[in-house]
Amino acid sequence: MAYTTFIPPEFRVVIDREACQQCGRCAQQCGWNVYTFDSEERLPHPDHSKCAACHRCATFCPAGAITIKKNDLAFKQSDSLSPDLVKAIWRQAETGGVQLTGMGNDKPYLRVFDHLLLDACQVTNPSIDPLREPMEMRTFLGRKPDFLEVAEEGRAGGGPRLLTELDRQLQLETPIMFGGMSYGSVSLNVHRSLAMAAAELGTFMNTGEGGLHSDLEPYQDHIIVQCASGRFGVDSGYLQAGAAVEIKIGQGAKPGIGGHLPGEKIDYQVSITRMIPQGTDALSPAPHHDIYSIEDLRQLIYALKEATGYKPISVKIACVHNVAAIASGVVRAGADIIYLDGFRGGTGASPTIIRDHVGLPVEIGIATVDQRLRDEGIRNRASIVAAGGIRGSADVVKAIALGADACAIGTAALVALGCHVCQKCHTGCCSWGICTQRPELTRRLDPEWGASQLVNLVRAWTHEMAEVLGALGVNAIESLRGSRERLRGLGLDKTTLDILGVKPAGL
Amino acid sequence: MTLDSATVRKVPTGPARKGPTGIEPARLTAGQPGTARGSAAREGKRAVIDGSGVYYKTLNEQIREEIEQGAVEVVLENIVGQRYIGTGLAYPDVTVAVNGVPGNDLAAFMNGPTLVVNENAQDGVANTMNSGLVIVNGNAGDVLGYGMRGGSVYVRGDVGYRVGIHMKAFGASLPLIVIGGHARDFLGEYMAGGEIVVLGIGDDDTSVVGSYVGTGMHAGVMYVRGHVAAHQLGKEVRVEQPGEADLVRIAAIVDDYCRVMELDPREVLQRPFVKIYPFTSRPYGRMYVY
Repeated sequence: MAYTTFIPPEFRVVIDREACQQCGRCAQQCGWNVYTFDSEERLPHPDHSKCAACHRCATFCPAGAITIKKNDLAFKQSDSLSPDLVKAIWRQAETGGVQLTGMGNDKPYLRVFDHLLLDACQVTNPSIDPLREPMEMRTFLGRKPDFLEVAEEGRAGGGPRLLTELDRQLQLETPIMFGGMSYGSVSLNVHRSLAMAAAELGTFMNTGEGGLHSDLEPYQDHIIVQCASGRFGVDSGYLQAGAAVEIKIGQGAKPGIGGHLPGEKIDYQVSITRMIPQGTDALSPAPHHDIYSIEDLRQLIYALKEATGYKPISVKIACVHNVAAIASGVVRAGADIIYLDGFRGGTGASPTIIRDHVGLPVEIGIATVDQRLRDEGIRNRASIVAAGGIRGSADVVKAIALGADACAIGTAALVALGCHVCQKCHTGCCSWGICTQRPELTRRLDPEWGASQLVNLVRAWTHEMAEVLGALGVNAIESLRGSRERLRGLGLDKTTLDILGVKPAGL
Repeated sequence: MTLDSATVRKVPTGPARKGPTGIEPARLTAGQPGTARGSAAREGKRAVIDGSGVYYKTLNEQIREEIEQGAVEVVLENIVGQRYIGTGLAYPDVTVAVNGVPGNDLAAFMNGPTLVVNENAQDGVANTMNSGLVIVNGNAGDVLGYGMRGGSVYVRGDVGYRVGIHMKAFGASLPLIVIGGHARDFLGEYMAGGEIVVLGIGDDDTSVVGSYVGTGMHAGVMYVRGHVAAHQLGKEVRVEQPGEADLVRIAAIVDDYCRVMELDPREVLQRPFVKIYPFTSRPYGRMYVY
């Protein structure tokens, strides 16, 4: 006997029939085609198996008649073979396919950030009130010189004069930027929102590997353009447009593998921005085939510098076991910024096995890379941007105390735009108009509104960080950078504490 | 301006180094501008720059300066491995001639000019090139034309491994690589558009390409003079006899190549060609389950 599927629906769509006004908005809002209507009664009939629990219908139901519940169908309890694993076996037995997923690793690995506590001033050293005293949040990313040469005289108006020619820096008004998310994986309205917000906040958005749409050109001083293995949308104009260029080597959600934007997502606008024909798959090879060594990376870094008039070059790597040694090589290769992406970082699509089982937490990456670069005396040569699992301002503060210069957010930014973290980004059906190219869905996100959401979020986080700095008794984010003495670990083992360079609580 | 050392103070920007590697900072700063400029001469719109002992960054600055001051032909003499010649150069009507052996990433991200190398070239020629023409009158190394999206590269001799990887075509941009000699393995891997032609001129017996030809290829076409065995192909491509339209296109490409290289196209066209193209534009379309 043949079955359609063994897999029960993950959720149940419960409709309060008495409250339902039969307006049909649920069906109109749902990107997953969950709802059909009985033509005579105009009653919505949900197909539970299609529901992603994105809450779009529940949010927009005027009667508040929709509830999404977990499907309570009981499985025999097993700590080893959980229902999720059983369902995965069925799914793969039915199709023979590699399982795909979206967003970041959701498995219950240790969350190091949640085991770090910050210090505060009491009695012997005064704390600072950030509401009444200035707090310097401005951050410069880029190579700093090994030493400064100063002539004792010669400045216009008298006094010492700086002789050292400084490398170009990215100036951030707050140490929070937006991580790389390509147009193609997210909608153009997401890119517009990010670009407008970055310009207003005085920070940067990152194009990801999908090219730069012409609508974003007014914001190009606040955009980092990415050059990844597929070289989509990369030409000399694109490189010139960005404030900096990022070479993407790896991504926290999928270290070591390439990308694959399915042809369905390559519509006309995506196709002209990526500079590839409509409907073809956009395959990003796993490695850059012109980079097989640190020397080759150096070659591309300086090729990009030559092509851009020596703009800062960022190199994005995923946190993997040897991240500190790799980062040392990346800095020696000439990177001005090293972007560390932890294994909690999001993705538009990744094989589930990679997302859930490969990489390291960004906290470990920051601490080991910062320490390694300090030990080797080259920490000044590159700034560290930490990303991949930054969920709130507390994570930003802790990341900076561990040694990061700034943090980048991707998933958190999308949540500000309405993402409900349903992990179905790879399907292209996003009801919130974020991770889709379907025009009836993408138009749901108004970029002006989106930008204001992002600006609010980052401003609120920045205020919170100022409060923490005040409590710590410092008046500049610079004073916290790499100051692990202001962190204590609670419930972490000795080895992890040693690796983090953090004392246990009580010491 | 020279400064008396007594008036210059070096201010450390961080703690003293305690690096285990013992690498002197000075050795890490390659990529900093060299100061010595090459002697340059101008005759009308033709500029000649002597590259002996000139650091690549300075050399490339000098090339851009000459072009900005009106040169349409720039001749580089005594080139010994300087990298990035023509990289990011975006002047459509300019010709740069290279006498000597240029370094890696020649014409990377180039957008428009004609670049003629009169000896061998090294790795990474025409990396992500957008438009223009590169002529190499010798052999070229690995990864030629990586991610190239337009323009043409003509090589007189052989090329190395991984040539034409992920070339792509879009709209009016159709990248073309013509190799006069042999090509090594992984030719046209991940190819997403454009044309690669391998001639193997002078070789009328052996196959002129290596193994893993067109692995992961999903668009574009390769024309190879002579035979290609099944074991040389990636599993995403097939080989067949060129059709009428292909033969017209091959003749046009060979004609232009021979015009530039001063060869007789009739001789080149005597050995028949095969056509290599992908089975599908979506080789991995059914690999995943949601």
